[in-house]
Amino acid sequence: MEFGLSEEQTLLQDSLNRYLDDASSLEQVKTLVDNPATGLWTGLAELGVPALLIAESAGGVGLGCVEAALVSESLGAHTAPVPFIGTVVMAPLAIALAGVEQDALLAAIASGNTTVGVAVAESIAARADAGVVSDGANLSGKALFVLDFGADQYLVADDKRALFLVAADAYGLQARSLATIDKTRPSGELVFSNTPATRLTDDPDVLRQVIDAGRVMLAADTLGAAQNMLDQSVEYAKQREQFNRPIASFQAVKHMCAEMAAELEPCRALVWYAAHTLDAVADEATLTACHAKAHLAETGTFVAKTATEVHGGMGFTDLLGLHYWFKRIGFNRQMLGAPEMVREEAARVQDLVG
Amino acid sequence: MDLSYGPEYESFRAEVVTFLTTHRDAAPKGEGMRAAASLAWQKLLIENGYTARTIPEQYGGYGAEPDILKSRIIAEEFANAKTSTGLGGQGISMLVPTLLEMGTEEQKQQFIGPTLRGEMVWCQGYSEPGAGSDLASLRTSAVLDGDEWVVNGQKIWTSTAHIADWIFCLVRTEPDAPKHKGISFLLFEMDTPGIEIRPLVDMTGAANFNETFFTDVRVPKQQIVGERGEGWLVANAILGHERDSLGNPNITLARFNALIDLLKTETIDGQRLIDHPTYRDRLMRIQGRVMALRCNDLRILSAKLNNADATLARMIVKLQGTELRHDLEGLAIDAMGEFGLAYDDNPYVRDHGSWQAQYMFYLGLIIGGGTSQIQKNIISERGLDMPREPKVEKASQG
Repeated sequence: MEFGLSEEQTLLQDSLNRYLDDASSLEQVKTLVDNPATGLWTGLAELGVPALLIAESAGGVGLGCVEAALVSESLGAHTAPVPFIGTVVMAPLAIALAGVEQDALLAAIASGNTTVGVAVAESIAARADAGVVSDGANLSGKALFVLDFGADQYLVADDKRALFLVAADAYGLQARSLATIDKTRPSGELVFSNTPATRLTDDPDVLRQVIDAGRVMLAADTLGAAQNMLDQSVEYAKQREQFNRPIASFQAVKHMCAEMAAELEPCRALVWYAAHTLDAVADEATLTACHAKAHLAETGTFVAKTATEVHGGMGFTDLLGLHYWFKRIGFNRQMLGAPEMVREEAARVQDLVG
Repeated sequence: MDLSYGPEYESFRAEVVTFLTTHRDAAPKGEGMRAAASLAWQKLLIENGYTARTIPEQYGGYGAEPDILKSRIIAEEFANAKTSTGLGGQGISMLVPTLLEMGTEEQKQQFIGPTLRGEMVWCQGYSEPGAGSDLASLRTSAVLDGDEWVVNGQKIWTSTAHIADWIFCLVRTEPDAPKHKGISFLLFEMDTPGIEIRPLVDMTGAANFNETFFTDVRVPKQQIVGERGEGWLVANAILGHERDSLGNPNITLARFNALIDLLKTETIDGQRLIDHPTYRDRLMRIQGRVMALRCNDLRILSAKLNNADATLARMIVKLQGTELRHDLEGLAIDAMGEFGLAYDDNPYVRDHGSWQAQYMFYLGLIIGGGTSQIQKNIISERGLDMPREPKVEKASQG
């Protein structure tokens, strides 16, 4: 029995963290969000990140969702502006679960040359005037809140919960970038007008599993971001002096940090378990993914607020940049279902909704 | 991640299940710790290695090698069968492990066996009116007079003092030493002349703990655990055991399932409570917390098996576990509305009043065994390496 990380998994995360400490430092992030360059993504591709979940037979590394969650955690800790959740997790998973031949696309993803955005928000909560319909071969309608916006391809769900692949330059597709608080993850909307698409599957179970995985990755990203905010808070409190002593020696400040740690530490085990169920415990996967998503959203919000307060006025400034993590956590909370929506889904999968 | 226990352990689990199927009717159902049924059940459990499992046979235990997974399987299966895991209390859970570590051979022989069998019931004399979170400032004194200690002072929160045969008690024996180094750990009988017990009724209405007064209580000199002045070390070993046993996530899970049943059964305006989205959302929010703490518990178990580090994961269990239980019980009360107030012999009371009783009881546990605020000090100082608050110089007494 082992409920924890293997040596290989720890090594994977350590080496990724070492790379990101430089390549995705706050200064780098500040530059990258205004001036997207491909250096960080190329570097991650050299480390094999885009190939993570793709089978070895298709040119990938063939690892599982626990490893993907560890990568997501590291990317969240470094607020890395890279197309991870759609390109590396949701799209390859959809292709694998659909059981269709897409080896050229998978190889292009694995090498880091092709990115895939994800447009499934309407299948979780559809807004008025949004939604995508299919006539079998072509898509029409509007998809909001696209993940990994600005990609080369998009994974799109229609109103029947079927999944399609659409090229970004396909006929009749208009993509409009939309600003959100989180500059590290571009978002936007897609408008389809009889746009040709490749049907991956009609099985709604594939979409469900893809959303489960996306939610666990967002939870893992929040885990990393929140842990980083806690670590920064402790360091800051030890250095900052007021009343002739470090503020870390005041119980008011210590208890804020202890509360963050006490809320966050069990989240680590929850994220591991949620990622593990995606790979190995199918009948618990959706429930666990819902709870990981919602619980990390709540804990992340608490940590983001508390950590900012520990930093006092500096926490509010752009100079310190703590808000990059604050906003990252805020993005993770709202996307693929805000906590109340996701908890209702958790109730539904347990037959608790009459 | 590998969550299977493996075939050896699954066959052990089958043994436990067989034992429970065969014998569970003999288990006590709420009888007191002195009842014949409770003592007989305790004896049966020790003989089969389902309690006192790793305590050496020579001291009255079963004498098995420590095996965390087997202990876990026993706990899981007894919980599934809703069957008593035997006697608890501070003697068994706290004094026995301490004597095994720090006691003399004679003390082990004299005390462990009868304690395990339920023949010798203990209470704990730690807290005093002036020494709560700052326990080391305790003032109950013991002065050596010939071959006897003479104990004077007062303890408070002494659970089960009114039914205990013996007390393990922290007393100040070296008044001139620094406060942590002047304490000793004494054992003495509760029918010794000079002991007075006054019950303290708690907010649930129960009187399980007491104020205990000592006036010239004479204790044989050898009834000390550890050396003179080492009592603080002995006490800290015990506090570790106590914190481990609080906020057990598997018991919390069972209670969560009872909460689901309650919300499915109770109705308002002809609608089940669980069909009200607000209550359902609160229920799901609690479930997320239960799930996180259960995962945390599995991580701790695994870390013990595989020598991995889970220091912080362990440190937060008491704080998070007791707060979660309090919130869980509170949701049941809220959802029942006015019925949530019913208590005692009110015919409308649900589940024997357990939701209110547990709601209050867990507030007691948030405070007892190291308050939530003390837990936060421990987490920040030992877990996050933040500095202690500077000591305040004691004002000179005029």
